[in-house]
Amino acid sequence: MIWTLVRVSWTNLRRDRVVQTLVFAVPIVFFSIFVTIFANQENGTARIAVAVVDEGRSDFSQRLVQALQHEDALRVRATTKSDGGVPLDRAGAEALVRNGDVPVAVILPPGLDAGGLFSGRTSATPHVQLLADVSDQIAPKMVYGLLQKTLMTAAPDVLAESGIAQFDKYAGGLTPSQRSAVTEWIAELRRTAGQPSGTGGAALKDFGLPIDTVDVMRQKGGGNLVSFYAAGIGVMFLLFSVSGASGSLLDEVDSGTLDRVLSTRIGMTGLLAGKWVYVTLLGMLQLTVMFVWGMIVFKLDLLQHLPGFAVMTLFTCMAAAGFGLVLATIARSRAQLAAMSNIIVLTMSALGGSMFPRFLMSETMQKLGLATFNAWALDGYLKVFWRNASIIALWPQVAVLASLTIVFLATARLLARRWETA
Amino acid sequence: MALDGASFALREGELLALLGPNGAGKTTLIRAISGRVALDAGEISLFGRSIAAGGSTGQTSPDLGIVPQDIAVYPLLSPRENLEAFGRMQGLRGRDLADRVAWALSLASLEDRAKEIVKGFSGGMKRRLNIACGVLHRPRIVLLDEPTVGVDPQSRERIYDMLEALTHDGVSLLLTTHHLEEAEARCARTVIIDHGRVIAEGTLPELVDRTVGRHRVVIVRTGAPVTPVPSGLEALPEEPRTLRARVTDVARELPGLIATVAATGTSIEDVEVKAPSLQSVFIHLTGRELRE
Repeated sequence: MIWTLVRVSWTNLRRDRVVQTLVFAVPIVFFSIFVTIFANQENGTARIAVAVVDEGRSDFSQRLVQALQHEDALRVRATTKSDGGVPLDRAGAEALVRNGDVPVAVILPPGLDAGGLFSGRTSATPHVQLLADVSDQIAPKMVYGLLQKTLMTAAPDVLAESGIAQFDKYAGGLTPSQRSAVTEWIAELRRTAGQPSGTGGAALKDFGLPIDTVDVMRQKGGGNLVSFYAAGIGVMFLLFSVSGASGSLLDEVDSGTLDRVLSTRIGMTGLLAGKWVYVTLLGMLQLTVMFVWGMIVFKLDLLQHLPGFAVMTLFTCMAAAGFGLVLATIARSRAQLAAMSNIIVLTMSALGGSMFPRFLMSETMQKLGLATFNAWALDGYLKVFWRNASIIALWPQVAVLASLTIVFLATARLLARRWETA
Repeated sequence: MALDGASFALREGELLALLGPNGAGKTTLIRAISGRVALDAGEISLFGRSIAAGGSTGQTSPDLGIVPQDIAVYPLLSPRENLEAFGRMQGLRGRDLADRVAWALSLASLEDRAKEIVKGFSGGMKRRLNIACGVLHRPRIVLLDEPTVGVDPQSRERIYDMLEALTHDGVSLLLTTHHLEEAEARCARTVIIDHGRVIAEGTLPELVDRTVGRHRVVIVRTGAPVTPVPSGLEALPEEPRTLRARVTDVARELPGLIATVAATGTSIEDVEVKAPSLQSVFIHLTGRELRE
C-alpha cells in the first residue's frame, strides 16, 4: 500500500514540470548564483578606487603617491579626469567621494615629510586625511592600513637618512644607556608588531604620520545606513508584491472575469493600464509605509529627502508594476507565477544589491548587476538618502527606470494578446 | 476545425437554445460571435457589422452582452459594486448608471443583498448576478453560456424568469445548455450543432417533424407478464410487464390498444402516452456515442 502511494507520487512528479523545476533546477540555479556572487571572489575582488590629493607636492609626498600607485590593491586617481586632466584638489576629491565615484580619497597635506614619522606628534604635525564614504565599510579601513604601510615603506632611503639625522640631533652618538634604551624600544616594537594596524601598538602610537578619517557623507547632513536597508529590502519586497498583485490577472482568467471585462469597452489595453496604475500605487504605498517606519523607528531622515524619495518611488514603482505585469502575462497559472517570480526576484535581488552590497562584489558582478532592475532603483535611493543628490542628479536612474517601464508594458501588452483571441 | 458551416439566425426578442454534445463547438461559436476567435473563413454579421475571415477585432460589440459559464464577478465586491464596476467599463455614468444598477438588482432579485460580499452568496444568487452584469448596458443580443449549470430547480426557474423579462423587452438571447427539458419548455426555437455544423434548427414541432416524426409512444403497465404479446405491441425485454406501442392518432388508436391488452385477462395498472421530446430529437440527430 505504501509502495502504491510512492508510485503515485513519483508518477505525479514525472508529469509535473513545475515541481521538477522547483525541486531540481531551482536549487542548482541559486547555488550557482550565490557561489558566483559570494564565494568566487579570490580572483575577482575589485581593486579599491582611491583619489589622492598631493597638496604639498614635496619629494616625500610625491614618492608616497608613486608608491600608492604601485600598490596592487589600489586603483589610484590623482587627476581630475580618470585618463588625465589636472591634479586633483581637495574639493574635487570630495566631490568624487560624494558622487560615489570612489569610496575614499587621501589628502596629503603640505609639510608632509619623513621626519614627521619619527619626530613624534605635535600640534604642528600635518594630518593626512581620508575622505570616506562609509557606506563602503571595507574600503576606508583597507586604505588606512595600506597608507600606513606605504608611509613606512615608500622611501626607505629617506627614512634611514631622516632617522640618522634625528639621532645626530638628539643623541649625539649612542651611549651605553642609550643603547640599552634603543634595545628596549626595539624589543617593545617587536612585542607590539602583531597588534592590529590602524591605531598601532602602544609603542607606535606616537610614531608615523597621524591619519584622520573624515566621513564626508555624514559631515554635511548625509544619511545613515538605515536608508541602505530600507531601499534594499523595500525594492525586493516591492517586486514580490507587484508580481503577486499582477497575478490577479490570472485569477480573472480562471474565473472568467477577464472574458467579461474584455467584452466591455475597456479592452485589453485598458485592462492592463488599469492594473498597472493600481499596482504602481500599491507599490508606492508599500515603499512609503516602509520608509515612514524607518523614519519613526530608525531616525531615517525622510522629510529632508522627500522630493528625491517621491521621484525615485514613482519611477521605481512604475517599472516594478510593469515588470509584474510581464511576469503575470508570461505565466499560465498562479502556481507558475509564484514559482517564476520567486526565482527571478531573488536572483535580481542578489545581483542587484538588495541582499548583498554591490560594491563588495567583483567588478564583473557589479556590471552584471546593472542589468537588473534593483541596481538602478537602489542606486537612485542611495543618491537621494546617502549622497544628498539633487533631483536632477537622478536622471540616469530615472531614465533607465522609465525606459524599462515602457519595455515592460509593451512586452506585457504583446504577451496578453493570447487572451484576446484564440 | 471547431466550426464548419455554423449558420443560423437569431430573431429580435427571441430566446434561442443552442444545443450540442460536448465538444460540438458551442463555446467556440459564442466566442466567435463575441469577437474572441479569429475566423479562418466565413463571416459573422451583427447589426450590419461584419467580423471578417482571417481576423478578429478582439473587441465585443457594445450591442452584445456576454454571460460566461463561470461566475465572472469580483467575489470580494458586493452586487452593487460589481454592477457599478461593469457598468462603468461599459461606459455608463452618473444617473444612467445608478438607474441601470437599480434595475439590474431588481431583475436579479438582489435588492436586499445589494451591499453584501458576493463570496458568501449561494450558487443561484451568484448566477443571477452573473446574468445581471451581462445585461446592464442594454445589449440587443445576450450570449449565455450554460447560465443554469449547478443550481437548484428553484434558482433555475428564477433565472428563466429573468430571461423571459429580457425577451419581453426585445432583447434576443442565445443560450447554450445541457438541460434539454429546460430548452424545450423555455426556448422558442432550438439550434442543434455537432462537429462545428448546424444540423438542425427550428421550433420543437418542426424538429420533431424533420427527425423522429409526430407519433406518440403508448406505455401500458400490466399486473403480470402478457404472453403472447398482442399484435401491435412489444414487450420491453428488461421489463416484461411493460408493453409499448407507437401510435399516430391517439384518440383513434388508444382505446383499441387498451381493449386488446384487457382481452388477455391481465389487469392494466397504468397507461402513459409520451410525446416526442427534444431529448429524443437530440439523440436521434447526434447519436448515443459518448463525445469525450
